[in-house]
Amino acid sequence: MSRHSFLESTIQGFTRAVSKALQADHAASQPGLLQRLDPRVRVIGILTLVVSVVICRRLAAIAAILLVAIAIAVAARVSLASLAKRVWLVVLGFTAVIALPALFITPGEPLFTAPVLHLSISVQGVRTAVLLVLRVETAATLTTVLVLSTAWTHILKALRSLHLPAEVVTMLAMTHRYVFLLIETANQMFESRKSRTVGVLSGSGRRKTTARTAGVLLSKSIELSQEVYLAMLSRGFRGEVRLLTDFRLKPRDYVGLTAFLFTGCLAVWMGR
Amino acid sequence: MEEENPVEIDEIMHIPDGYLSPSTCATLYLFAATGWHAALKRIKQLLATRAIPLISVFAAFSFVVMMFNVPLPGGTTGHAVGVGVAAIVLGPWGSILAISIALAIQALFFGDGGITTLGANCFNMAIVGSFTAYVVYRTIAANSNLKSRQRVLAAAVAGYVAINAAALVTAVELGVQPMLFHDASGTPLYAPYPLHVAIPAMMIGHLTFAGLAEAVISAGMVSYLQRTDLGLLRGVSGLVPPPGTIIAGAGPERSQGRLWRAVALLMLFTPLGILAAGTAWGDWSSADLMNPHTREQIAAASGNHALPSSVPVGIEKLSNLWTAPFPGYAPRFIRNPVFGYLLSAMFGVGFLVLASLLARALGRKWQGGSLRS
Repeated sequence: MSRHSFLESTIQGFTRAVSKALQADHAASQPGLLQRLDPRVRVIGILTLVVSVVICRRLAAIAAILLVAIAIAVAARVSLASLAKRVWLVVLGFTAVIALPALFITPGEPLFTAPVLHLSISVQGVRTAVLLVLRVETAATLTTVLVLSTAWTHILKALRSLHLPAEVVTMLAMTHRYVFLLIETANQMFESRKSRTVGVLSGSGRRKTTARTAGVLLSKSIELSQEVYLAMLSRGFRGEVRLLTDFRLKPRDYVGLTAFLFTGCLAVWMGR
Repeated sequence: MEEENPVEIDEIMHIPDGYLSPSTCATLYLFAATGWHAALKRIKQLLATRAIPLISVFAAFSFVVMMFNVPLPGGTTGHAVGVGVAAIVLGPWGSILAISIALAIQALFFGDGGITTLGANCFNMAIVGSFTAYVVYRTIAANSNLKSRQRVLAAAVAGYVAINAAALVTAVELGVQPMLFHDASGTPLYAPYPLHVAIPAMMIGHLTFAGLAEAVISAGMVSYLQRTDLGLLRGVSGLVPPPGTIIAGAGPERSQGRLWRAVALLMLFTPLGILAAGTAWGDWSSADLMNPHTREQIAAASGNHALPSSVPVGIEKLSNLWTAPFPGYAPRFIRNPVFGYLLSAMFGVGFLVLASLLARALGRKWQGGSLRS
């Protein structure tokens, strides 16, 4: 590991986050079937499916929802290759590693015993590991399809129509806006630090650099919040938050919502 | 795996969908919602209209800090949650909101961390983490100077303990799943590991890397702020500019204005006292109790109750203890009783106003002094 890798890996992390956001923005504007539905229907529908994945107790039912999720992704023109790279492999790499020891340590009927090591895999162990991986894969696929097919502002409006307090929705919207500004600011600080680093930084030097950058970012954030507050006051902000929710449900939205709710309920009933 | 994930905060603590049963998720959403409600209420009281921009920008800051690769001893790196710094700068309530909003953006916008488990993640990291960090920091920092090394140590321990407390709660939530939720054959339906596996598995990683990363970032930032931006270490009160620049200040000032107007009106009505006949009920001197004319008035005003024949011993004894500067509401040298009465009223009100202004000035001085300490 290079001595400057902490700077580089943080810079890479920022770049990936921004590119992921841009990718989501691009995908949300695609003329897919899912995008033609009202954002509230998309949010409620996909959340219903995520909840039904968590409720289902049978592998077959969860696998069926995964197929539905893939169909929705196709309808939303989300590329399956990016879904595989962004979700399936990531979840497999993370959850499968966590689930692996469960094969051996879950008590139950032995399915297979390794001849030399005397390690035995139980039927229950295999079931629980597959159940966990499949459940996490399906829920993550659904969430990613939602994120990739719905503009952030639309998700917020949908949350508002679900009676989330207006202050919370405003804070989510403002945080999202300033995340990118602060990522840009932090990125510039790390890049300029990297350009000025000639020798090799000691361990404590690296820690100090990181903490100082975070400290400067904090001071800048607080100053920014004061400027934002003054800007809000100048536009007449008196502490009350009003949001526009100008969505209108069309007949196809009712059809979509019914389809989502029906699929969710059917899966829960089949997977009980 | 980590290469693909843009927001590489501590993955294990960030529970994805599918690890917790629906009833666990619902319970933890309820706990988290209670915390959010209380925090929103408290922070609005503390910051009024400033709350929304301050918490929003701080949440964005927390989000970005979670992406920092914190170098650790031994050449590795780890990710911090930033809950230690949030609790020190914003206090526990502000920290709950800022960290929760950062986690919600990760779940809803970046798809990192579950949606059904968002309540659990916020409960563990934002609520348990913030309170632990705040209590530990305040206990160790005690009343030490804001620039002391003790504060840096307090921040390090606060960050370290907070992350480990959050990890322990997470481990317990995951560890009870196989016990409570399994099918007829004994297959665990959610997180598969019991407590005796989940707790050590979670804690080893957090007692070393994640806890250390949080300690490094908390201590490093407090040490940096001590030298550059001390105001941020004074808590939320240090972030609020002096009164007059914020609308929130208009509330109490306006109600005081109303009070002063009411006092002025009452002062204008003081001459009404001149029109009143007789003495005020109960405001009798020993001379009034002896005079047959006033005795009749007293008896009539008291529902014709019989008066004692002589002045009660207590009144007799205490009546000479204190002689008012303006007996009978008029200084002795003023002959006109009406003018004397008005002069006494103005003097009395003026004295009370002066005393209250003095008390307020002293109160402000004391408050300013305690902030500087």
